[in-house]
Amino acid sequence: MDVTTSITGFVALYIFMLAAFTGYEIIGRVPAILHTPLMSGSNFVHGIVVVGAIYALMNATNPLEQGIGFVGVLFGAANAAGGYVVTERMLEMFKPSDKKKA
Amino acid sequence: MNPNLIIDASYFAAAFLFIYGLKRMSSPVTARSGIQVAGLGMAVAIIASFLYFFNVSEEAKPHVVTNAILAAIALLIGLGWAWSSGKKVAMTAMPQMVAIYNGLGGGAAALIAAVELLGGHATGTIELVVTILGALIGSISFSGSVIAWAKLDGRINKTWRVKGQQLINGTVMLITLAIGAYIIFGAHGQAPTALVIAFFAGALVFGVLMTMPIGGADMPVVISLYNAFTGLAVGMEGFVLQNPALMIAGMVVGSAGTLLTLLMAKAMNRSVSNVIFSNFGVSGDEQQGEIKGSQKPADAGDAAINMRYASKVIIAPGYGLAVAQAQHKLYEFVKLLQDAGVEVKFAIHPVAGRMPGHMNVLLAEAGVPYDLIFDMEDINGEFKEADVAIVIGANDTVNPAARTNKSSPIYGMPILNVDQAKQVYVVKRGQGKGYSGVENELFFADNTNLVYGDAQKVMVSMIQAIKSLEGGH
Repeated sequence: MDVTTSITGFVALYIFMLAAFTGYEIIGRVPAILHTPLMSGSNFVHGIVVVGAIYALMNATNPLEQGIGFVGVLFGAANAAGGYVVTERMLEMFKPSDKKKA
Repeated sequence: MNPNLIIDASYFAAAFLFIYGLKRMSSPVTARSGIQVAGLGMAVAIIASFLYFFNVSEEAKPHVVTNAILAAIALLIGLGWAWSSGKKVAMTAMPQMVAIYNGLGGGAAALIAAVELLGGHATGTIELVVTILGALIGSISFSGSVIAWAKLDGRINKTWRVKGQQLINGTVMLITLAIGAYIIFGAHGQAPTALVIAFFAGALVFGVLMTMPIGGADMPVVISLYNAFTGLAVGMEGFVLQNPALMIAGMVVGSAGTLLTLLMAKAMNRSVSNVIFSNFGVSGDEQQGEIKGSQKPADAGDAAINMRYASKVIIAPGYGLAVAQAQHKLYEFVKLLQDAGVEVKFAIHPVAGRMPGHMNVLLAEAGVPYDLIFDMEDINGEFKEADVAIVIGANDTVNPAARTNKSSPIYGMPILNVDQAKQVYVVKRGQGKGYSGVENELFFADNTNLVYGDAQKVMVSMIQAIKSLEGGH
């Protein structure tokens, strides 16, 4: 926790508040047809947790912490990769009607 | 060069790319590039995080090479497994895959908290409160998502429910919270290992207890809720680790996921607390009134020819269509109707499929252009003018009891007004009930005929009927 510039209580609250509004605004105007891909897409985005798990594992000092950190990185990586693949597969199928239909 | 500067800059870039990517994902035109932009952000952040190698705490220095190797191995296994399973999964099974990936993310957040708590790294009261909350939410999301996955995947079929369940759940929650409070205020973060394990066990058990009684029809709302949970847990652990990328990404997902959950619950005309605490699904068959009329069968070919000479046909597809893998045949049939000059539209109920928008994905997979597909609010007024409405593999979402029968468990849920079309065909496998276990009045209505059979086989006979008609004159 001493590695990066510290984020004190109120700065953290500002970050959380602005991020919460951002999430709300992004989803608020989305057509229903994109709800599932967006849920999957947001599922992918919280896969960023893998970065935190890598930090925890790097700073592990005993086998217990190493073990927990290892599983954490494994889980986080699966979250990120799985979320990405499934979302991309869904989105690549959305196409407008092109040539046919008068 | 200071590695921290590179790490911080990379996280800043990642946070920007996530938000920009999500924004692009909110329109069908730019959606695909949106996920790619977000994916780039993820790659940048993960690569940069290996720079922690040069900047670990003094105690961790002797272990850092081992740790880095372990991290690389875990990363490769996790990425590899999820990448290949994600590529392979059928689109119909997609909701449970989202559930399991989401659960793993929640689990990862909980494990970060576990490292902090077991190692006694977190000390300040605020830091501890946030760590404990993140651990709690992440653990619930993990075990709850696993149960949701097992249910949707058909591995757990029964809806496990006992008398006084809410009392049991409440007790488990209180004990877990009490242990958490002791870790924060009693032990100031230096709690014995057994207590920390008890805390996590309590949270995990609570996730299981909370999810087990929820019926399959409500599972999408639950998955979406856990998605929001994981986001919050990630954001909180991000604060503990002083990592703004986790804080921003986690909180964006936390709020977006919460809103999405509310939208889904609203589409089913239920509140989120109603989904979680009420006993929907099994209580359904208790108080049903008599339904008058009889189910009248129809031949697939006759139905097809009737549609061929209609001027407007509206299709209401449901999950049964996807289970039978009949989307492609359906679209082939639709193209034949369009060639004959019939106006064809798809009407999608907000919870058609297993998630809001899931049916759109399944139709898109079959190549149906999205401008033929209409949301319920946009098309419900048009059923009156439709000559034929055809319901394929849907049931509860077209049950008029939701409008009229106050004693029905689905009363109040908005439905597609297919019963207002001049003629209604319902394609279904047998005389069974819908996912909610409720009998459907629509099937007994005067203007309804049922085409029995597997949806794919029915679509094939319909296509043949039209083709032989075209060839025959």
